[in-house]
Amino acid sequence: MIEIAEVTKYYGDRRVVDHLSLTVPDGDFCVLLGSSGCGKSTTLKMINRLIAADVGTIRIAGEDIATVPAEALRRRIGYAIQSIGLFPHWTVEDNIATVPRLLKWPRERRRDRVAELLKLFRLEPAIYRAKYPHELSGGEQQRVGVARALAADPELLLMDEPFGAVDPITRDDLQAELAHIHRETKKTIVFVTHDIEEALRLATQIAVMQDGRIAQLGTPLDILEHPASDFVADFVGRQGIGLKLLSVRRVADRMRPGETGDGEPISADTSLRDALSAMTTRRTDRLSVRDSTGRTIGAIALADLVR
Amino acid sequence: MSGQPALTGRSSALPRSLGVQNQVLFVLVIVAGAAVACSGFVGDAPNRLISGRPIPLWFAVDLRMTASIAVLGAALSVACLVPQSRPLHWAVAALAGALLMLVLAAAGQAASFLTQSGRPGSRISLGPTFWVLTAGASLALSDAMQRVGAGIVAQILAVTGIAASVALLAVGGAFDALSLAREFEIRRQVFADAVMRHMALVGASVGIAAAIGFPLGVATARRPGLQNPVFAVLNILQTIPSIALFGLLILPLSGLVTAMPRLAQYGIGGIGVTPAIIALVLYALLPVVRNTSVGLTGADSAVIEAGRGMGMSPGRIFREIELPLALPVLLAGLRIVVVQAIGLAVVAALIGAGGLGTFVFEGLGQYAVDLVLLGALPAIFLALAADFILQTLTAMLRVRSA
Repeated sequence: MIEIAEVTKYYGDRRVVDHLSLTVPDGDFCVLLGSSGCGKSTTLKMINRLIAADVGTIRIAGEDIATVPAEALRRRIGYAIQSIGLFPHWTVEDNIATVPRLLKWPRERRRDRVAELLKLFRLEPAIYRAKYPHELSGGEQQRVGVARALAADPELLLMDEPFGAVDPITRDDLQAELAHIHRETKKTIVFVTHDIEEALRLATQIAVMQDGRIAQLGTPLDILEHPASDFVADFVGRQGIGLKLLSVRRVADRMRPGETGDGEPISADTSLRDALSAMTTRRTDRLSVRDSTGRTIGAIALADLVR
Repeated sequence: MSGQPALTGRSSALPRSLGVQNQVLFVLVIVAGAAVACSGFVGDAPNRLISGRPIPLWFAVDLRMTASIAVLGAALSVACLVPQSRPLHWAVAALAGALLMLVLAAAGQAASFLTQSGRPGSRISLGPTFWVLTAGASLALSDAMQRVGAGIVAQILAVTGIAASVALLAVGGAFDALSLAREFEIRRQVFADAVMRHMALVGASVGIAAAIGFPLGVATARRPGLQNPVFAVLNILQTIPSIALFGLLILPLSGLVTAMPRLAQYGIGGIGVTPAIIALVLYALLPVVRNTSVGLTGADSAVIEAGRGMGMSPGRIFREIELPLALPVLLAGLRIVVVQAIGLAVVAALIGAGGLGTFVFEGLGQYAVDLVLLGALPAIFLALAADFILQTLTAMLRVRSA
């Protein structure tokens, strides 16, 4: 659990983060959402002390981070950034094994961990471990960047617009992989973005930030249905709000258990928006629903989407 | 070079058309041809003080040698007129290499031929044609290697191959009759000492410059505020003419030794090695500091942030990230400094520092061109060798971490 209490950061006379308090429970996927200059990146970097807070305390698992040596603290926290920052003169394997090496893991354990992570990101270890960053595509580089952040199995993962620089299709894949990894590993993630769609898709909790403060804290559904202020309503966008609502609800919420539908079943984890899309392309108003093991468990109809 | 693909394209459509397809080679062939026709391959002088009578190539060597050189020249002229291709570039490289060897062998043959037939004591010196042909063949070779896109290994092989053949010719006595070789013969021991002294001067000054310049470069990279004052001073130093700097150092150093006579025991004095090394170090500082600074500030800030964010200490980031990434630029700086110091150390002989410059100034004083060459040629060779070795090293590093 991360507890940020009354934290303030000045740049000169300007308060970039202003008496900000935020609690992120274990296993939460917390997205700091806001436009540039709202203090979201500064807040993130104060958690691993890349930036020092001027006022206030931050605790991780009850421990005040100011009392832990900065480098030891950072080795416990995964960190991935938009510009990735892979070491260009190191292989993929050496890049991923950066923190394990700092923690003096034995060579065998490092090798196994690298292979495990490459497989997790669907990169064949035999092909990729010896490659250099310049031999990878943008999407592959970002996968390696996130794998590197996860390498030492950190209790907490900080991500600063990690998918901001990749093309939309790759971003879509990476988001799906990250959501999958979050579900599998139950890691606590703090994620910075200015992209509302990305936030709605990934977050369990969204903190909308404005001028160094949290304008609203809530689940994606809360934020869409009950924006706390005009600013939040404007930011999440008044247009297309219906589609955004569909995108934060899962098929599992509206499914008719035990019934069956047409064609290839879709996963219960799918968003209602993707279900609508599937119905449109398959020219049907009813789909079968399966669970994660592939067993058909129910059906969803067009009418269920707007209930 | 940029016009090359278009020309090749046109020629493949019109295979019969005769145009200049390789401008570089064309110019080299024209210049070499003109040199052979109009100037002497060697000079024949009754003694070392009188400048020689020029003797053209075809009178200086036997018919077989003349014919071989002519055939190679003709082949190269054809090569610049036909459509270009990779195999052709390889062929040009081979022809140019062969021509280079042949010209060197011809010089040796001319000398022994003319000394046997001529007056005893006459001196055979190398003439303009020899130099133009040697330079032309070398340029054609390196241009062809570049056009093929030869890798590091091919370049190393070519250079060592040529160096080994020249060494073999020299050891076999092919050049013994040349006046240059005679000057060398008289000074064999002095020459070896001069080469060693020259390399020691360069090594010491580059070592000291690196020891001072590297920390200074790191400091300017860390504190941008230092950059203006440091580079201002180093830039001014760089603009002082070398002879003036050597001269300017004599007075303060002599004063120092007069004030503290004990210093003289350590070989410190107003003339000699001390001012030479100080001057060479001062000239070497700018490239060392600048390249260190540029190399270290060139690292991507995201890479540094990632390292910090994962818990690397500043020292580890410097050793494992910044330094390896800056290494190619550091080596490029070292290369500039070594080549520059080898050249400047020649001038240092003027203030009694010894080295290859001794022969140059002695030769200038005696109006003996061969003696000047005895100092200048090894200096050029040393500079080229150092340049090549460091360039190869840099290229290998770049390949590894591209």
